[in-house]
Amino acid sequence: MTDAPSTIAERSADMLARATPTTIAVRVRGLSDRAIAWLFITPTIALLLAINIFPLIWAVYLSFTNFRANRPNAEVEGVGLRNYQRVLNDPDIWIAMQTTAHFVFWTILLQMIIGFALAYLIDRKFRGHAFWTTVILIPMMLSPAVVGNFWRFLYQPQIGLFNYIVSFFTGIPPSSFEMLGSVTLAPWAIIIVDTWMWAPYVMLICLAGLRSIPDYIYEAAEVDRASAWRQFWSITVPMALPFIMLAVLFRGIENFKMFDMVMLLTGGGPGSTTEVASITLKREAFESWLTGRSSAFAIILFVAVFGLANIYVKALNKVKQR
Amino acid sequence: MSSVKTTAHSVVEPTPTVKRIAGAIVILYALVTMIPLAWIFLTSIKSPPDSISYPPKIVFTPTLEGYCNLFTTRTRQTPDYIQALPAPSSTCDEITRGRNMVIAGPSNYWPRFGNSLLIAFGSTFLAVSLGTLAAYGFSRFRVPLADDLLFFILSTRMMPPIAVAIPIYLMYRQFGLSDTALGMILLYTAVNVSLAVWLLKGFIDEIPREYEEAAMIDGYTRLQAFWKVVLPQATTGIAATAIFCLIFAWNEYAFAVLLTSGSAQTAPPFIPTIIGEGGQDWPAVAAGTTIFLVPILVFTIVLRKQLLRGITFGAVRK
Repeated sequence: MTDAPSTIAERSADMLARATPTTIAVRVRGLSDRAIAWLFITPTIALLLAINIFPLIWAVYLSFTNFRANRPNAEVEGVGLRNYQRVLNDPDIWIAMQTTAHFVFWTILLQMIIGFALAYLIDRKFRGHAFWTTVILIPMMLSPAVVGNFWRFLYQPQIGLFNYIVSFFTGIPPSSFEMLGSVTLAPWAIIIVDTWMWAPYVMLICLAGLRSIPDYIYEAAEVDRASAWRQFWSITVPMALPFIMLAVLFRGIENFKMFDMVMLLTGGGPGSTTEVASITLKREAFESWLTGRSSAFAIILFVAVFGLANIYVKALNKVKQR
Repeated sequence: MSSVKTTAHSVVEPTPTVKRIAGAIVILYALVTMIPLAWIFLTSIKSPPDSISYPPKIVFTPTLEGYCNLFTTRTRQTPDYIQALPAPSSTCDEITRGRNMVIAGPSNYWPRFGNSLLIAFGSTFLAVSLGTLAAYGFSRFRVPLADDLLFFILSTRMMPPIAVAIPIYLMYRQFGLSDTALGMILLYTAVNVSLAVWLLKGFIDEIPREYEEAAMIDGYTRLQAFWKVVLPQATTGIAATAIFCLIFAWNEYAFAVLLTSGSAQTAPPFIPTIIGEGGQDWPAVAAGTTIFLVPILVFTIVLRKQLLRGITFGAVRK
């Protein structure tokens, strides 16, 4: 079967159909492949245009105005690039970006270390490894909001299980530190929950990477008397690298958008110590109702994620080709 | 698997000691990460005083109070009033009276849970239907700019939800879709369809074209071949994709908290708002969380072989 028949081919098929027995006629008289292709793809594209692209264009328009969603009847004025200037010159927004970068860095680092280590250990194929892999994967499937909400209980200073366990092992009184209320500890409280939830994700991708390395390479290394250490750094790590980078990409994009968990654990507090970009955006858009300005911020964020992801994917493809 | 299976001890096979140590560390990690989940369940069957006792109680008398408090709203009454009431008609009635309260009516938990079910299943059905069609189109036909379109479909998922929510909020207000199940279904469909197209394209790519071609030579039209040959072959992939879409919609919080407030509110924004007298009623929250998480636990176990594919948008397939 040809993929995209030309009109001449279609016409001759039709002529052929008229002159041939019914079974073949039914086949060629049905919708042309090109018609089916468009019929199948258009609904999806239309939905995405309506729910994703149209609002995006609207947001771009709003970002050049002083519109405020809580005053729909006020006159809307164009303000040119002023919203963008304000956002880029706002120290609070730069602090929020730094906070986000801090979270992205530490969560990815911890998740990569724990995830890769777990994958490496699971790849030793001990008895029951499949079962325990499934158990480890459970946290990442759960709702960050609903589970994050419960972590608030675990982090309670006097009654929380987390504080109790820490004090059990260290002897520090459980009511002497507040994971969510202290300026120094609150970011770590969120990093711990995020790592608990997403290290399994990295583990799963790294495991696929480790399993993609053919045994004969290790056998060859063994013949050459390469040490285990040498094998790890010269075979395991480089060959699993594209997978590790893929995990970094996915976690990076997700954690850049981080909202649910922070919202429920600390709401950005204490003060604004855990206020990541999404929280600032929510505050500006849905509490201060600076719709125009927050649209500008949203566009800047989108361009940043999109640009960084693109650069990263190029780097990833280079590693893959090596 | 090892390519030198014939030898008893391949050089790449870890020694029993290595295996035992690796196993011990992994099992320890797994058990530690299960503590918060175990604690959710244990808290759900504790009485409120037990739930906040210090040191945390592991041995306690289980009670259904958390579940009763989750499902009902209660008002405080004088002991005399409660004495005068007829005998309690249910376990919850009895428990509530023991706290000097009477049940005033059902809580919002089941309606919110119902919203979650309706919105999750509705959007999953739509996303998978649209996604299957589009994936077949991209897999089997030469579509102009196919790579660009596929990348466009994926890129809609990179946006922070709050950034998307601003114009969606305005658009929904304009069209009367704010706080409606239909609005949420459409939104989640749009978010999930990108995942569905990417995953399903991978699954359909794996079905040999020869099957359809054979069917078409036997007199099927392209549509019949799609319906009777490709779809049955893709059932596993479609089911896996559906579960992923379902889980996303089930767990979603950011859009739900911004775009729903009353009649269409789903469970994730509702559960954190469960409060009792004088602060959060943790056993009730834990009970609501437990009921909410059970379906996901079941799905995770069903899906375990397909998880990798799902979380990487089909980029890693093994």
